[in-house]
Amino acid sequence: MQRRALLGLAATLPLARPARAELSRIVTVGGAVTETVFALGAGAQVVAVDSTSLFPAAARALPQVGYLRSLAPEGLISLDPDLLLLSDEAGPPQSIAVLRAAGAPVAMIPDGAGAAAVRRKITAIAQALGQDGSGLADAVAADWAALDAPIAALRPARALFVLSAARGAPLVSGRNTHADALLAAVGAENCVTEFQGYRPLSAESSAQRAPEVIVMMEHALAEAGGIDGVLRATALSVTPAAATRRVVALEGSYMLNFGPRAAHARRDLAARLHPAANLPALPARPWV
Amino acid sequence: MHIARVVPAMRVGIDRTPWVLAGGLVVLLAAMAAGVLLGPARISPGGLGAVLADALGLADLPDAFRRDAAVLGVIRAPRVLLAAIIGAGLGAAGAAMQGLFRNPLADPGLIGVSAGAALAAVAAIVFGATLFGVAAGALGLWMLPLAAFLGGLAATLLMARLGNVGGVTGVATLLLAGVAVNALAGALTGLLIFTADDRQVRDITFWTLGSLAGARWEQVPVVAALVGLPTLGLIALARPLDALLLGEAEAFHLGHRVETVKRVAVTLAAIAVAAGVAFTGLIGFVGLVVPHLLRLGFGSGHRLVLPGSALLGGALLVLSDLAARSLAAPAELPVGVVTALIGAPFFLWLLRRAAGAQA
Repeated sequence: MQRRALLGLAATLPLARPARAELSRIVTVGGAVTETVFALGAGAQVVAVDSTSLFPAAARALPQVGYLRSLAPEGLISLDPDLLLLSDEAGPPQSIAVLRAAGAPVAMIPDGAGAAAVRRKITAIAQALGQDGSGLADAVAADWAALDAPIAALRPARALFVLSAARGAPLVSGRNTHADALLAAVGAENCVTEFQGYRPLSAESSAQRAPEVIVMMEHALAEAGGIDGVLRATALSVTPAAATRRVVALEGSYMLNFGPRAAHARRDLAARLHPAANLPALPARPWV
Repeated sequence: MHIARVVPAMRVGIDRTPWVLAGGLVVLLAAMAAGVLLGPARISPGGLGAVLADALGLADLPDAFRRDAAVLGVIRAPRVLLAAIIGAGLGAAGAAMQGLFRNPLADPGLIGVSAGAALAAVAAIVFGATLFGVAAGALGLWMLPLAAFLGGLAATLLMARLGNVGGVTGVATLLLAGVAVNALAGALTGLLIFTADDRQVRDITFWTLGSLAGARWEQVPVVAALVGLPTLGLIALARPLDALLLGEAEAFHLGHRVETVKRVAVTLAAIAVAAGVAFTGLIGFVGLVVPHLLRLGFGSGHRLVLPGSALLGGALLVLSDLAARSLAAPAELPVGVVTALIGAPFFLWLLRRAAGAQA
């Protein structure tokens, strides 16, 4: 009888989860999740991260659990984690189901873009760590809010977010992506509204949309051969942005993670898109 | 490779079949033991002993070994069982298709089952979340396998219809119908990929590379029934398939109902392969390499090649999966990549050796 009761316990309880204060082996999956754990001061307890965790630099030196959509249950458990912090973008769902069945200490963190999503992420992660995250969440929210009025006063720039332009038709962002939310937050208007997600854009429709500025991730810009390489793509060469050579690039995870650095990324990109605007300087934060 | 090599060789002396199959069984069991005992999560002998004692009811499981119990019982055991059964199904289906088409390069892909399963799986990935809301529930976990299974069967059914002219199934017509069905399924899959978002495209990519990472106990009875039973059925077709190797007319004169044998073999192979890839994604080369190895070593008689391919196919997939989860730990390689990396050079070596033997 007692044995059965123990087995039942084993099935429902996480593997030997210690009290929160003793968390010592954390695995983080998802760029914003990793950033937030480090910003909350728990970086020293992180033992492994996924391949989308590019910030801070200390995270890149940690062991890799692979891409967040192809997680390996046994690989994760072999790290003896006392907390698995997974972005809800992580998968496949079958692997998550195996992790849960094995009693691994999984906490799912809601992903999303925008100021509200940043607060949700910080709050959920702080809770899983057994910390009070309101200090961090409030600071990021204050920085974000300081930009609201100055950015709302700007004339929105017609922008095209290009995910990659290295091969064939450029892959651009439509609605319902982190990039789309970013453009809306920095005083820009996404000139692609007809589809959701990232799709190849034909030269004709690109010319018709007439973006004034092209926004890219730094590594994608480098892959495409810099500004000259990007503007050589037929679909982009026919835009007003090409005529004025306005291609703006920031580091990808900085712009699109919507973690603790979101407010500073918002300011940096807005300043690049509107060089004449007078945006308030944000306080230097230890997590940026 | 000459067709004559597929025709059973007349062998003089004692029948080696039982010995070879017993050897195959030993290899499979050894592979399964390795699959359960080895992996990125180290299990100490003490941990293994404690988990075994607990499983046999001899002693309670100490808390210190609860992780070991989860790794052995929840992660590895169902995974190794699924790999063994699905590998057996792929091996036997490959052997049966090569016998049926009298072509050493035939594999279950030829009857459209892989392409059909892939099309349906991609559709499930692209439309699943829209149809069922956030597909996190139990239904979500079964939706993709169910779709892939039905897609694989539907494609094979379509191919069999197209290949059946006037009640007679010509092997050449069947092959061409398979090519057509594959092309159609490939085109539709491409269309779906175009409409997919970035994340779905990555999910699709990983599905087509195969993985056993999602193996859970509740899948084992389903796979045992839908892959294991058709595999046994294929093994039972050894004699008519041997007769078919001599030619359809000859098989008919030997008293075999040729059309029925063809239909049953294609159906059983389609069920076994469709149900297998439904849970793992696409896994290549098992059905090609294993039967070849057996033919080169021990001749082409199906009474040896069919059950032998099942045993060694299971062993190959179990070991490939062990490599897949160990080599890149704590991440995991797609198992289809491992089977192809092992299979392709091995296959080339077999071809060179066979060419050398004939020269």
